[in-house]
Amino acid sequence: MQQDGLILELQKGNQRAFERIYELYSESVYGIIYNILNDEKIAEEILQDVFLKIWNNASSYNSDKGRFFTWILNIARNASIDHIRSKSHKNKQKNLKADNFVDILESRSNFSGKADAIGINKYINILKPVCKKLIDLLFFQGYTQKETAEELEMPLGTVKTKNRACISKLREMLAE
Amino acid sequence: MDIKEYISSGILELYVYGALTEAESREVSQVLKKHPEVRQEVEEIELALQKLSAATAPSYNAEAILSRIKSKLGTKGDRSVIALEPEKETNWVSYIGWAATIALLIGLFFVFEDKNDLREQLSYERAKNARMEQQIADAREDAEKTEELLAILRDKNVARVPLQGQNAAPEAYAAVYWNKEENTAYIDAEALPEPPRGKVYQVWSLKLDPLTPTSIGLLDEFSMDDNKIFALQNANESQAFGITLEPEGGSESPTMDQLYVLGAVTAP
Repeated sequence: MQQDGLILELQKGNQRAFERIYELYSESVYGIIYNILNDEKIAEEILQDVFLKIWNNASSYNSDKGRFFTWILNIARNASIDHIRSKSHKNKQKNLKADNFVDILESRSNFSGKADAIGINKYINILKPVCKKLIDLLFFQGYTQKETAEELEMPLGTVKTKNRACISKLREMLAE
Repeated sequence: MDIKEYISSGILELYVYGALTEAESREVSQVLKKHPEVRQEVEEIELALQKLSAATAPSYNAEAILSRIKSKLGTKGDRSVIALEPEKETNWVSYIGWAATIALLIGLFFVFEDKNDLREQLSYERAKNARMEQQIADAREDAEKTEELLAILRDKNVARVPLQGQNAAPEAYAAVYWNKEENTAYIDAEALPEPPRGKVYQVWSLKLDPLTPTSIGLLDEFSMDDNKIFALQNANESQAFGITLEPEGGSESPTMDQLYVLGAVTAP
């Protein structure tokens, strides 16, 4: 839930509010970054950068433009993608694994024993392949509707309706 | 505005992803502020996505990272304004100067307000345009698909085989458009009921004497398919076609009491 009061406090420079925002969002932000970078150490660094940016640029968030979560998502994706484009990354990691969230969930529930990953992984495998693809591109990679339509060779409207069906399914699973 | 339709259009999911254009997003934000049910829907979508991405995060020491971040917040948090030295002597000239400045500011404020209204109007119109453009693009895409289908059906090598509803579903109906040259059977399943969860339609090519069914494929992702036309490979010398309802993944041989439709190929 978006807590407008909390965001206002953050924008005023209230550290308490910042800590609460961190509590609410850091894990999902970490997940997004990790999906793009596939490296725990680097993802942790970027996670710090992202929250510093949230603190420093809080005043530029405007609820007329979109959700706070979406604003954070964009910061996280951009920071991760900037890192991939940076020189240090190119020198270091030539063979980046092309994992998507489905693979990550699977290995999480197998090796780390993370409870929520085990729970969700059980369901994600039931999702149709097209859903896995759509959620990966639109949510984790931050493709626009148009880019997704081109990548998957689908009409724009179909991206919208199919993705809706996929997310409804996901919500149904998470509610069970 | 039909709010139910708006919600089910799928635009809110794209809004949360950040996959819409800026103008479209602004429009959704407006709607969200007016309609609590839209806000509720958006919050539920958001929650599901947060859970999903959180589950993919490696385990980490959240506290330690937070304190590292806090050590770098530094003086940025100090946003107090430096007080100006108070002037000791007052003079009338400076009062008049201030009054003029204030009058000017008030004037500017009204101009600014006007401009803001115009800008809002403009962004609304832009959003409307973008939506129209998308509708046209969608319609064009649909028209192209229809033409493609027509071309398939008009091909002179295509035999049309109507399949009539059987005991399991007397109301059901389907048709096979079979292009023998290309070994392709197009199944028009528009008039088949939506398969129940965990079930799938399976299409069989049949030889009649003796009765031998050969599976030619499943009607996968039935509910997701808009035109309900499925292209399947069929290199068999089919004498009839049938469609049965089978457990997900299909079966080795047809479940005869779940035979939905059946029809014989008429000799050319």
